[in-house]
Amino acid sequence: MRATVISRDEVLHVARLARLALSDDEIEPMARELSAVLDHVATISSLDLDDVAPTSHVVEVTGGLREDVARPSLPREVALAQAPDASDEGFLVPSPQA
Amino acid sequence: MGILDLTAAEAAEEIGAGALSAEELFTVYRDRAASDRDAGDEGLNCFTWVAPDAPAPARTGLLCGVPLAVKDLFCTEGVPSQSGSKILEGYLPPYTATAVGRLFEDGASLLAKTNQDEFAMGSSNENSAYGPVRNPWDRSRVPGGSSGGSAAAVAAGLAPWALGTDTGGSIRQPAALCGIVGLKPTYGTVSRYGMIAFASSLDQAGPLTRDVRDAALMLRSMAGQDPCDATSLRFPEEIMLPHAERLDGLRLGVPEELTGEGIEDGVLASFRAALARAEGLGAQISEVRLPHAPHALSAYYVLAPAEASSNLARFDGVRYGMRAEDAPDLLDMYTRTRHDGFGPEVKRRIMLGTYALSSGYYDAYYGRAQRVRTKIAEDFRSAFSDVDFIVTPTAPTVAFGLGEKTGDPLAMYLNDFCTVPMSLAGIPAISIPSGLSQGLPVGLQLAGPAFSENRLLDAAHALEQALGFDGSSARV
Repeated sequence: MRATVISRDEVLHVARLARLALSDDEIEPMARELSAVLDHVATISSLDLDDVAPTSHVVEVTGGLREDVARPSLPREVALAQAPDASDEGFLVPSPQA
Repeated sequence: MGILDLTAAEAAEEIGAGALSAEELFTVYRDRAASDRDAGDEGLNCFTWVAPDAPAPARTGLLCGVPLAVKDLFCTEGVPSQSGSKILEGYLPPYTATAVGRLFEDGASLLAKTNQDEFAMGSSNENSAYGPVRNPWDRSRVPGGSSGGSAAAVAAGLAPWALGTDTGGSIRQPAALCGIVGLKPTYGTVSRYGMIAFASSLDQAGPLTRDVRDAALMLRSMAGQDPCDATSLRFPEEIMLPHAERLDGLRLGVPEELTGEGIEDGVLASFRAALARAEGLGAQISEVRLPHAPHALSAYYVLAPAEASSNLARFDGVRYGMRAEDAPDLLDMYTRTRHDGFGPEVKRRIMLGTYALSSGYYDAYYGRAQRVRTKIAEDFRSAFSDVDFIVTPTAPTVAFGLGEKTGDPLAMYLNDFCTVPMSLAGIPAISIPSGLSQGLPVGLQLAGPAFSENRLLDAAHALEQALGFDGSSARV
């Protein structure tokens, strides 16, 4: 089996998907470490799993819906209290298009 | 017998009988916890927060005010809950996690929040933004992780007992490395509401305690369905305090896949000696097969990071936690906040998970890992038709040196080799101390079918009494 090699470009692509900035000195070690872990993980590609159903959750949960009734929610000022920046109205963030 | 020699259950009994005051007990432990915190690098660094005062008296209920240390990732109203991360520095949640709330309702008092690997990602507690925790048996070694602060605090007698969480071994492995008891219940037994999530299909809260009886006592208060967690379950019976002294007729299965290559000699010797002790109590030991168990770690290191990459998307500098300063626009604010706020291991797992879920790779990694998970659950079901419990060493080695494995993520992940299969299958597993190797504790893991907690606790209790492990020398 060919060793998994994650390139610098792939690292940057995945980092964009993950909304994660990486400094220049983080990129190369990240590529190396991801390659090593993916290489180890690749051992599962040797298993015959064609007729096996996937398990996403070990617990069968059905009918987990609660009754649709109004109840008090978190007061607005409490919900806003831990925000890095907020007004009386809501969370404040930088403009999407500076 | 001094106050520090009491288990949590014994302390509650003494308080209930009027032989000990809850305030005195709390003050003794509060002072000990506070001095560890004040000692900084000279201490064990078990805590990220210690209660400033004794709680108001008149704590009633079964637990009689016995102080409780709680892993940092449990939300506690008005008390810092940071999940070991810089990105949540100083975060004060507006509510309390159900598991913690239930322990309070039964009379537990919040003593401290415990240090942990950032977002529970780690096996050595070296990934905390608040510094590593040290092992009370040897300060130059790690306590295990991710519930390292909880395990070290209980082992060192800085807390009577502690609450932790286990995703791939994060209760059992530190319990083993610190010479205490750690229980991961059946998935869904304890509500996840208010636990800062790592991998939701695997995360489960559980006790880290001095003995098996304390583990049962804590689980009894926590277990139960919660309307705030749709995956929580009604446990089919009440959790009982264990009382068994014998193991007559109990069938214990030893899987060759988890008891051979990669397990340190001293750990195997302790494991074999514990099995001989179990036989002496009447247990029957046989070999079982878990053919897919060696692939559990690979599946886990796809599934858990994938879930984490999704769960950790919420940390974006908008609603809570830190925000990078002076970002020119919104996207830049997100990416720089996450760059500055997450540590290296968390970044690595977010990247790994995002990669495994990304277009073109989903089937090869995530899809296959989910199928391996099915095979592992089937392996256990098949084994449990022949034996009552599976027994393995909890961790492949005793506590290793600080810094010894930080440079090699794969070497670190191998710590979870024996614990991850049970996590993927969602079944309960307990680690109890089986003895010492090189002067350091070794853990024995017993795992049973879903909802077998009462039988599992009984068996662990009988074996614990026979082994007679003495952890008192680790108390500081």
